[in-house]
Amino acid sequence: MSGLARTAKYLSLVLASLVVLIPLVVVLFAALKTHAEYNSTGPLTPPRNWLNLDNFVTAWTAGNMLRGFWNTTIILVVSLTGTVLIGTLAAYAVSRFTFGFKRLVLGLFLVAALVPGVTTQVATYQIVKSMGLVNTQWSAIVLFLGTDIVSIYIFMQFMQSIPRSLDQAAMIDGAGRFTVYRRIILPLMKPAIATVVIIKGIAIYNEFYIPFLYMRSPGLSVISTALFRFKGPYGAQWEAIAACTMIVLLPTVVIFLLLQRFIYNGITAGATK
Amino acid sequence: MRRGPWLYLAPALILLITFTYVPVANMLWYSFHKWDGLDVHMTPAGFGNYVRVLTDEQYWRVFLVSLYYLAASFAQIAIALYFAVVLSYNVRFKNLFKGILFFPYLLNGVAVGFVFLYLFQPGGTLDTMLRALGLGEHTRYWLGDPDIANLSLAGTSVWRFTGLNFVLFLGAIQSIPGEIYEAAEIDGANRWHQFRHIIVPGIRRIISLSFILAISGSLAVFEIPFIMTGGANGTRTFVVQAYQTAFQFRQIGLASAMAVVLLLIVLLVTWVQRRILPDDEVSLS
Repeated sequence: MSGLARTAKYLSLVLASLVVLIPLVVVLFAALKTHAEYNSTGPLTPPRNWLNLDNFVTAWTAGNMLRGFWNTTIILVVSLTGTVLIGTLAAYAVSRFTFGFKRLVLGLFLVAALVPGVTTQVATYQIVKSMGLVNTQWSAIVLFLGTDIVSIYIFMQFMQSIPRSLDQAAMIDGAGRFTVYRRIILPLMKPAIATVVIIKGIAIYNEFYIPFLYMRSPGLSVISTALFRFKGPYGAQWEAIAACTMIVLLPTVVIFLLLQRFIYNGITAGATK
Repeated sequence: MRRGPWLYLAPALILLITFTYVPVANMLWYSFHKWDGLDVHMTPAGFGNYVRVLTDEQYWRVFLVSLYYLAASFAQIAIALYFAVVLSYNVRFKNLFKGILFFPYLLNGVAVGFVFLYLFQPGGTLDTMLRALGLGEHTRYWLGDPDIANLSLAGTSVWRFTGLNFVLFLGAIQSIPGEIYEAAEIDGANRWHQFRHIIVPGIRRIISLSFILAISGSLAVFEIPFIMTGGANGTRTFVVQAYQTAFQFRQIGLASAMAVVLLLIVLLVTWVQRRILPDDEVSLS
């Protein structure tokens, strides 16, 4: 390749990286400045003291971030466990049993995948309300469980690659259907389960609409809504908002650095199926 | 003892019906009524709600706002395709660049909203950078000026979602067998020929899927405008308008009609996609 093309290539990569990183870095700068310093310096000026964590302390306590993380964790754990169980059971039924209405059931899952959740929220709200779940963590949990067709899809696809001869061998040895599911299928599904846990975990951590709509009371704040609420009283103190934003972004950075490869693969598998 | 499949299917099916099919059916029913969501009586409204959605400027204007996001997602696809191709060849610091480009997609939407509120503030990051480059006269109210606010928000959307397209394209390009390139190089094909005749046909499926997702995604934009401007200055999108109609003004019937219209458009787009691109790989069992 010619030198010019090579230079242009690297230039474009560096430029794109700057476009991605600058907006984030300036927020980090703001988060580390004192109020007076913030008011007297430009956004691109680095903070005088890189260890000034006062804004983080303010954001953590006033923003009730501990509660946000705790609520998010509960919802994450319950929803992910439920998704894996419900999804693998359904996929097992579909791929290992022959029964009437199978095509209908498959059709129901297929069509539901086309309905964007955001369109039905007006009517879904009335249902969740009639179940008495509004303003409880169960609203988010049942919605994350109930509107997740992609995971069931991934499980179904993956289960087809597990040879049936394994089930049959176990059944000849006297295992019942449920034992086959628990002892043979579930352990072999680990890669698919990891994919689902990663893509759904990221989606739940970042979800805003559902917690904002269904869990209004401040005690139920998740990480997104805690950050959203924090802006109200601290609207004039950007250095505190910046710190709160950084607190929300930090876990994602860490998870991404640790699990990069799995995240790429999970996203690719989740989005194209 | 034979336990049928229904026991295994029941949890998934019950949830599916309760949270997808019943809402869709209810929504259709609500859309033909005038209802505040609380009253036990719903007043039948015929097609009144639909007529209003399609004729009242306040409601159809939101489709025009979608066009900004649609244009932005085309830009997003082009940018993502460029970088996916560049990074599928040998590049120094490949994994670093790959990570940086993809990373925004993983970030929390509210946090991204705040990051860009800060960037677009008067005297904020963007203005400061423009001044430093001697382009000070181009600073403006990025989110306050109705002529420019949607562009700013659509730009934020490109920043946030390019990484997803990028990773999908990159994955597809890497699944093209290496021998094809080798054969092409022996035949004297340059990089452009390889792109035009090997890469584009090889990932055609994922490119057209991206266009379909771009259309339905542009109609369903919510978080970025809701968090950054609250729909002010002409930035109200379809979903922001539906949200406000339903939950702030309690016009459930009208909001349902909006949702039905949106759903029909999305289904139509998907149907067209399946016609153009018969999807034989997704057949289940």
